[in-house]
Amino acid sequence: MSANNASDLHQVSDRLAHNAMRHFSERLIEALLFAAAAVSVLTTVGIVYVLVSESIQFFQHVSIVDFLTDTQWTPLFDDAHYGIMVLISGTLVSSGVALLVAIPMGTVIAIYLSEFANGKVREVAKPVLELLGGIPTIVFGYFALLIVTPLLQKVLPELPGFSLLSAGLVMGIMIVPYIASLSEDAMRAVPMSMREGSYAMGATKLYTAIHVVVPAAISGLAASYILGISRAVGETMILAVAAGMQPNLTWNPMEPAATITSYIVQVALGDLPHGSIGYQTIFAAGLTLLLVTLAFNIAGQWLRRRYREAY
Amino acid sequence: MQPMTTEQIRVLIARGKLKDTIFQAIGIICLAVGLLVIFLLVSDMLMRGLDRLNLAFFTEFASRRASQSGILSAWVGTVLVMFVTALAAVPLGVAAGIYLEEYAKRNWITDIIEINITNLAAVPSIVYGLLSLGIFVYAFGFGQSILSAGLTLALLILPIVIVSTREAIRAIPAMIREGSMAVGATRWQTCRYHIIPYAMPGILTGVIIGLARAIGETAPIITIGALTFIAFLPPVPFSATGVEGVSAGLFDWVMSPFTVMPIQIFNWTSRPDPAFEVNAAAAGFVLMGMVLSMNAIAIYLRYRMRKNIKW
Amino acid sequence: MQIHDTPTLKAEARNLNFYYGEAKALKNINMPIYDKKVTALIGPSGCGKSTYLRSFNRMHDLYPGNRYEGEIRFFPDNTNLLSPEVDPIEVRMRVGMVFQKPNPFPKTIYENVAYGLRVRGENNKRVLDDKVEHALKGAAIWEEVKDRLQDLAPNLSGGQQQRLCIARALATDPELLLFDEPTSALDPIATGAIEELVHELKKRVTILIVTHNMQQAARVSDYTAYMYLGEMIEFGKTDEIFIKPQDKRTEDYITGRMG
Repeated sequence: MSANNASDLHQVSDRLAHNAMRHFSERLIEALLFAAAAVSVLTTVGIVYVLVSESIQFFQHVSIVDFLTDTQWTPLFDDAHYGIMVLISGTLVSSGVALLVAIPMGTVIAIYLSEFANGKVREVAKPVLELLGGIPTIVFGYFALLIVTPLLQKVLPELPGFSLLSAGLVMGIMIVPYIASLSEDAMRAVPMSMREGSYAMGATKLYTAIHVVVPAAISGLAASYILGISRAVGETMILAVAAGMQPNLTWNPMEPAATITSYIVQVALGDLPHGSIGYQTIFAAGLTLLLVTLAFNIAGQWLRRRYREAY
Repeated sequence: MQPMTTEQIRVLIARGKLKDTIFQAIGIICLAVGLLVIFLLVSDMLMRGLDRLNLAFFTEFASRRASQSGILSAWVGTVLVMFVTALAAVPLGVAAGIYLEEYAKRNWITDIIEINITNLAAVPSIVYGLLSLGIFVYAFGFGQSILSAGLTLALLILPIVIVSTREAIRAIPAMIREGSMAVGATRWQTCRYHIIPYAMPGILTGVIIGLARAIGETAPIITIGALTFIAFLPPVPFSATGVEGVSAGLFDWVMSPFTVMPIQIFNWTSRPDPAFEVNAAAAGFVLMGMVLSMNAIAIYLRYRMRKNIKW
Repeated sequence: MQIHDTPTLKAEARNLNFYYGEAKALKNINMPIYDKKVTALIGPSGCGKSTYLRSFNRMHDLYPGNRYEGEIRFFPDNTNLLSPEVDPIEVRMRVGMVFQKPNPFPKTIYENVAYGLRVRGENNKRVLDDKVEHALKGAAIWEEVKDRLQDLAPNLSGGQQQRLCIARALATDPELLLFDEPTSALDPIATGAIEELVHELKKRVTILIVTHNMQQAARVSDYTAYMYLGEMIEFGKTDEIFIKPQDKRTEDYITGRMG
């Protein structure tokens, strides 16, 4: 009897121990999974930490006023100037050209795919767009330099071998798939009843698309444009290959110019000692880039909140 | 307004339909531009680089003489970097995705992680290069190695892996989860035996798309200071090192200097001697082949999944 | 009610069949629609009443794989609305529609009502102002919105949205107005307002209304048609249908033995 009891107890305590073990390992796994999720937050923290700490050192040598107002960018010369506007101008001009291509083209494709194309066309077109979006930017750089620039020079003989124009155009093509695919998603999310309301009034497809579907999906469209802007501002290799890398304060897309990103590449290709001022400039440039991207994203969020989907 | 006559209405409709047709034509043209770019790129690179696309091109190192240059160190570097990237990004990304879908409670920590992942997707890739330069290369002392590059790209594609994992998990109906929990499985057992296997195709698709993106990334790898001219391969585990009696360790290769395909292409496109353009074209064709086939596999997998899964 | 006059025909379905792909959804329907009267379509869900209604403005043309057979004759001009030669857009310009769930466009109240006029190329501010006011009054919502015409329509309450959608349909003076269960998403008070409105509107326009609610059909309609499994079982004056239905199936439905 007592022996029996003991073995019962033994079994119970075994089971309890097993349960406790199981409980412990469950908690451990949860902690590990959480740690993995936290890596993304650490990445952000790391980015901010690296950029800010190196930039602080940079700004001990260079005043912020000079950084923002100087019209020359020659950090590696003896007579060093650190006018970031020079790089920002290249970035904005090339992004501007890119968006002039990408936003209209991307939106037209999105409207076409969402409102006009039948299922078969869509099934073919979407993977094609995806493939286009997957082409490495270095290959797009090659395309800009060796195919698009010579073509453009036939129309514009005065176009130099490196230019913001041809880099920007190709960048635009690169961004089209992002805008098209996100905008199409946004428009397809507009309820069919909204379209039916318009068709029932005797509207055509295009009229319905422009006057009902686009306004209803406007916040999704805005989000896709913001992503497009982020891509354009942060694009590096197309510019490094096809826009030339000489700093040039210009608003003329027909000229070659460096951008924030292509400057970082240029410095990284050289052999600057860790901790030198030249080394720090790329972090100051990177911080500027991040702030420009952030500014556009905040503006986008604000716009999205202002024009929420109204269905 | 007088009531419109049937004639007037028909004129109006005809005009509206004409606009529809014109818009459709514009939409198709825009899509065709995308197709044309892919076609132009691939055919141009193939025609220009055809002479160099032979076996020797894959087995020779880069050289000062264009006609003798090959991509041996570049493709080996790319394969090794991708290996490290996958090894880091897949477990981290899948774990983070599982955590967010299956474990995370709705609280501010989860909100921060989610917002963070969304925002990381908009951070320019070159900024990841700067992060890695500050953290992996200098702070951790990994140097300009395969390890640094692999980890950089892993962080870069982490959001893609996380998002596709989450989407794949979300597509699994709740009844499967409930069924498993009902027979007494713990949360982790449910994940391990049900959620992860069912979500696998979706996760795999995301991983391939992420790696296809990583394989073409140039800017962050240049930023961490990868060399553009490498005429040796990383040490094969247990091979002779040149020093008598000392053979290479199993993991020595991860700390080796390296170059990758996109950097090799960049190097060749930026040479003034047009003979190197041929090499760039050939290498670009190889890289495009890698990227497009990875994307094609992903698209195919997704297509298969849509066809097969009927809950 | 002048039920003793012979009413004029506004439209008539003749041997109408309809297919969703292979599936036959309407089976040989013959039915008149009388001018300036309210005709209600009742029947259990899935009986084809909405499908039938949506044939009158060729809504089915929006989706691939749909096919009509037979005719819907539209008077006084005796046009076959379903003829492939007749453009669906032309049909929709003559036949207005109000949907099950209010579906105002993401625009201002004013622009919602002006929508159909703008579709017809009308951009004269004075004409638009006039028509918008007239339509909003016709839909009994003018008093509520006259001071906020520039507000976004989706901010209105559900009942107001539905009346706005009615105003939107009225603004273009349709000859026939289709209502597809217009009150199913509304509360009883908003429903009452819409029913009253329907009663008021029949002075101006012919109305065809689908309803899942028999009391509603009895309250608002002059004629009622009972549909079952894609067939028109019985059509007649509402009073007669509800008091002494001829067909057993209609009787079962009306007395609540089915549905």
